[in-house]
Amino acid sequence: MMRVMRLGLFTTVLIGALSVPDVATGQTVPPADQVLRDAQAEVERLKTELAAMREQYDARLAALEARLTALAGQMAVAPPPAPAPVSVAPVSSGKVFNPDIAVIGNSLGAAGRNPNSDQPTFGLEEVETSFQAIVDPYARADVFLSAGPGGLEIEEGFVTFNTLPGQFLLKAGKMRAQFGKVNAMHTHALPWTDRPLVTANLVGGDEGISESGLSVSRLLNNSFMFLEATGETYYGASDVFESGQRSKLVYVGRLRGYRDLTEGTNIDLGGSVAYGPSRVEPSVLLGSGDMATRLMGFDATFRYRPLRRAIYRRFVARSEFIWSQPREGGVAGDTSFGLYASGDYQFARRWYAGARYDRSARAFDASTVDKGGSFYLTYWPSEFSQVRGQYRHTSYGDGVRANEFLFQFLFSIGAHGAHVF
Amino acid sequence: MRLFHRILTTLVALATLGTPAFAAPPKVVTTTEDLASLVREVGGDKVSVDAMARGYQDPHFVEPKPSFILKLHDADLLVVIGRELEIGWLPPLLTQSRNARIQPGSPGYLDASVGVQILEIPTGQITRAMGDVHSQGNPHYWLDPGNGRIMARAIATALGRLSPADQPYFEQRYADFDRRLSDAEKRWAAAMAPYKGTKLVTYHRSWPNFTERFGLDVIGYVEPKPGIPPSPSHTLELMVEMKRQQAKVILVEPYFDTKTPDAIARDVGGKVLVLSPSVGGARDATDYIALFDYDINLLTTTFKQVLGR
Repeated sequence: MMRVMRLGLFTTVLIGALSVPDVATGQTVPPADQVLRDAQAEVERLKTELAAMREQYDARLAALEARLTALAGQMAVAPPPAPAPVSVAPVSSGKVFNPDIAVIGNSLGAAGRNPNSDQPTFGLEEVETSFQAIVDPYARADVFLSAGPGGLEIEEGFVTFNTLPGQFLLKAGKMRAQFGKVNAMHTHALPWTDRPLVTANLVGGDEGISESGLSVSRLLNNSFMFLEATGETYYGASDVFESGQRSKLVYVGRLRGYRDLTEGTNIDLGGSVAYGPSRVEPSVLLGSGDMATRLMGFDATFRYRPLRRAIYRRFVARSEFIWSQPREGGVAGDTSFGLYASGDYQFARRWYAGARYDRSARAFDASTVDKGGSFYLTYWPSEFSQVRGQYRHTSYGDGVRANEFLFQFLFSIGAHGAHVF
Repeated sequence: MRLFHRILTTLVALATLGTPAFAAPPKVVTTTEDLASLVREVGGDKVSVDAMARGYQDPHFVEPKPSFILKLHDADLLVVIGRELEIGWLPPLLTQSRNARIQPGSPGYLDASVGVQILEIPTGQITRAMGDVHSQGNPHYWLDPGNGRIMARAIATALGRLSPADQPYFEQRYADFDRRLSDAEKRWAAAMAPYKGTKLVTYHRSWPNFTERFGLDVIGYVEPKPGIPPSPSHTLELMVEMKRQQAKVILVEPYFDTKTPDAIARDVGGKVLVLSPSVGGARDATDYIALFDYDINLLTTTFKQVLGR
């Protein structure tokens, strides 16, 4: 570029010099033909230089074009060289370690008559807020706060040490006890709008057995099935158990077995036991001494989900049997028994239908047996919202009959961690 | 708290001491069959490998079954696709695996998406009104063979770290795979060259890396938004657009219902093509290279029929 400019400047000066009239001022001026010859020679030299430059540029251009074609060819055949790792937009350092936060809103409504239920026509039953994150290389933490008509409470809040030796998994904090299936499930994760009668009568209803304490579980290795044993101890403060003293704790044990029958079907069996000081019902007196409750449970789940059509078809059949026995000073009272059995079928990508049978005696009153049945239909606009309707008939042991229509709107915003299977 | 951690660290250290050196071949668990195939290519008979999701299964919706916990419990290396593909099912399995070796951040956890070309990384504010968008970009990146090479390279390095004595073996197998893949890439590029710029529609956004690599032009999706099932109004719009742009082919993953795509194809006079998005998604897609052979063979045969060239 510089050379071209210089060339231009020189030519201008030259032309200027040639056109300047010869004013004799006493200076020595070379003869005109000499000047012309010099200029001619210079122009010739410049012409050669220009031609050489053009040749040079042409060659460079051709080389560049050839390289470009080669590169294009390579791109069509071979992959591009490994690009620098792609990362998401940088987040300010303070936010990187924030836990995953999610809010789940559960609105429930009821129509029809039920003298034994205080459920309102419309009610925001629960807003669950979860905070979940990995604590350090040894543990993760999960906190679930539940706000409802009864106020704000900690539904669960525990740390899980998942890198312990000896195949142990240790949880510490407040949590839903591993007693059966339904007790460990959050309300929004249930396949129904309500909890089964047996849960309400014998296992503490919506709150369930949710206590503060420790939970240790271990895998029992064998080649036949997945087998997990869990032992838990809590300071009772729920509707079922109440410790009152430091020495009186609640103990929960569970053995769970799981096996794939085929790639699309599996069976899940569990046996649970819970023992602890009961929240005493003043009207019941068996003997003298501390009042305790012993719960025993058996649960079975069969699942069918064809892998190829997993997002369209699913069937789950589940049942739980629960026995509750009050004990006082070594004297055992009558055992109350209850069960539920349910079946849920997904018949389209967004639709589920199901039915549930309920039957349960009341705690401390084994002779009063409540019975019921439900049909329900669930619509999922997306993974993050759900609309459900449930017809429920209940025939209470005290003679009251109730026919109700229950409905539910559920939404989930934020990053809610996946649920345990 | 500090004392507690010290006790915990000691326990972990003791447990590690108790672990025998790898007498048996290292156990590798992968989330998908594509990853398992790449591990087989590089690891040969010096590793044992097991995949969790099947190739004909929607990898976003895998059930976290306890049988997977057993697999993860024994694993020495876990290879994942990452980019939130497995977010709905892997985290609870990892927590319950009771295996410190494969937790995120440990040497036994390999995120295969590091270093590969990721497309459709959202910029700006994203909300779920956009459907099931992945904030870290489209996770179906293994469908570009160039990315497959990068993934195999990362696997070779991870396996070498796991059993250093076999590192030369892994390197040699990687070099062999690299050579075979390069040969195959030339074959695929030649087969697809006549169809550069061909307009088509896909069901889900599973194919951006594939279509970009082989120069296909995706003009729309059967899903109105990622993860949202087809709606009548969107389907009608799509039919109009396909006719306007003369797009004739609809690519569908094996795990989606073909009812809507079939109806669209009938209307526009086109064809529905069930391609395999993963190894194992079709009987002939037996390994990573065979997967592309299968898909490209199916595509070119269909293009010949539909486009008449």
